[in-house]
Amino acid sequence: MSHVLQEKDQRLHTNIAGISMNTPVLTASGTFGFGEEFADFVDLSRLGGVMVKGTTLKPRRGNDGVRITESPMGMMNCIGLENPGVDVFLKETLPRIEQYGMNTIVNISGGTVEEYGILAEMLDVPGVAAIELNVSCPNVKEGGIVFGTDPKAAAAVVREAKKHTKKPVILKLSPNVTDIVTMAKACEDAGADILSLINTLMGMEINIHTQRPTLGNITGGLSGPCIKPVAVRMVWQVAQAVNVPIIGMGGISSFEDAIEFFLAGASAVAVGTANFADPNVTMKICDGIDNYLAEHKLDSIEQLVGKVQID
Amino acid sequence: MALPKKKVAIDAKVISQQALYDHVFKLVVEAPEVAERAEAGQFVQLRILNGSCLLRRPVGIAAADKDKGTVAFIYRVVGKGTTALSQLKAGDTINVLGPLGHGFDIKAKKPLIVGGGMGLSPVLFYAAAMEGKADVLMGGKTAGELFWQDLFTGKVQDIFCTTDDGSLGTKGFTTTLLPELLAKKDYDLVVACGPEIMMKGIAKIAKEHGVRCQVSLEKRMGCGLGACLSCSIDTTDGQRKKVCKDGPVFEAGEVFA
Repeated sequence: MSHVLQEKDQRLHTNIAGISMNTPVLTASGTFGFGEEFADFVDLSRLGGVMVKGTTLKPRRGNDGVRITESPMGMMNCIGLENPGVDVFLKETLPRIEQYGMNTIVNISGGTVEEYGILAEMLDVPGVAAIELNVSCPNVKEGGIVFGTDPKAAAAVVREAKKHTKKPVILKLSPNVTDIVTMAKACEDAGADILSLINTLMGMEINIHTQRPTLGNITGGLSGPCIKPVAVRMVWQVAQAVNVPIIGMGGISSFEDAIEFFLAGASAVAVGTANFADPNVTMKICDGIDNYLAEHKLDSIEQLVGKVQID
Repeated sequence: MALPKKKVAIDAKVISQQALYDHVFKLVVEAPEVAERAEAGQFVQLRILNGSCLLRRPVGIAAADKDKGTVAFIYRVVGKGTTALSQLKAGDTINVLGPLGHGFDIKAKKPLIVGGGMGLSPVLFYAAAMEGKADVLMGGKTAGELFWQDLFTGKVQDIFCTTDDGSLGTKGFTTTLLPELLAKKDYDLVVACGPEIMMKGIAKIAKEHGVRCQVSLEKRMGCGLGACLSCSIDTTDGQRKKVCKDGPVFEAGEVFA
């Protein structure tokens, strides 16, 4: 099932670092499985891409105990990168999801710099549109956040991945840093083709009845509408400082939210937590963006990117 | 009848909201697309549309009427989501995502339903689906908590009750009476839903008597579609499974050692 570009979607078509996207709306890793779980609700090929669940070299069981909790205008999770491993992904998942005709972007996570290279090389296969480097998972002890908070380590991960794949390499930035612009520049200099931001903000909830943390992993990643202003600000700051395209994400649940990210400087957006509330929300966001472009007499999304007027 | 989509997300009109007991409500909504697809043991994810909750709330299906196109839920008010749910009135709208997961085996010849507390809700649908072939063993703290008797009457052959305080039926738990029932009657399946500790006990006794047992698990959920992996559980063979997609109904031996 491949999406036939509807006349209205002609305006939404875009191209980012060589990835042809029917719309500039993607789904964020960890919130959309492998896409197939949402096939009853979404025309997957209409999405700009599906950033699939974080994949590691070996299978991971993820964290024990409570993994999700709702917070004011948001939620926290501590899944801990549960996934079947890259071998199962390549042998079973990828052939199975090919039928949906979507851009499959594989989010990878390594415990060492070398592991990112190995994963990038293994995934340099037909059917994979791009690699997203997860250096900012707040829920795993090794790797993850360490690479995401040190510009030298993040740059090393980017270089290693670029060395081992011809696919576009996306680096996903963590907001849990002192200066996200420093991180962004280091990753651009190291050769990242695209930057995606932001990952979740590290948070914590304490149950006052048990006087214990709610989440099994004590802390978790905060997502949802409550983080949107932080994400818009960070996208705007990073867009000033780099030339590579940005995939903006963080709390997007409506087309209005998405437009803010484009104005701030994102070339595409990804929707995460909102998929849980409304499995069809991405399609509504596509329609809304298209209407907005028409109302503002714009022919393409590019004409909106970074156009926030300041002063 | 093969339906093109296994699950739907639809706005549903609230038909009625009725208080059944202290903090326990029955909500009936008009959702024909869900009613025609629903199987006993499945659940839905309800989205309250007034903005009070970001995430959906998983709720077991207590009844589905294909002719009327209605689906019923019985729930206890325990937090923010269920409080908001209990404030809905006839004519209000709620979004229903479902039906989700896998249900109980309806091919059994003589099943015994065992339920405790709100666990009696999804098995009420199973009782109806079995068209009078099942018996039910229900447990509660007091006689008042077993208001469920009225709901099961006419849907099952025999109703057995246990109460913690002995105010109705056998004094004790469902596990107190279960061995006697399994020894006396020719059940080919035990279907259990309730607190995990109860289901573990039920599963153990069923195993000892050589009767197959299915249990329905509950876990915090995000998407309900098998994507977010919030509701992972350990299986006895060392795997991880998802309550929302692989369950909520599992063979007891799959989840309890």
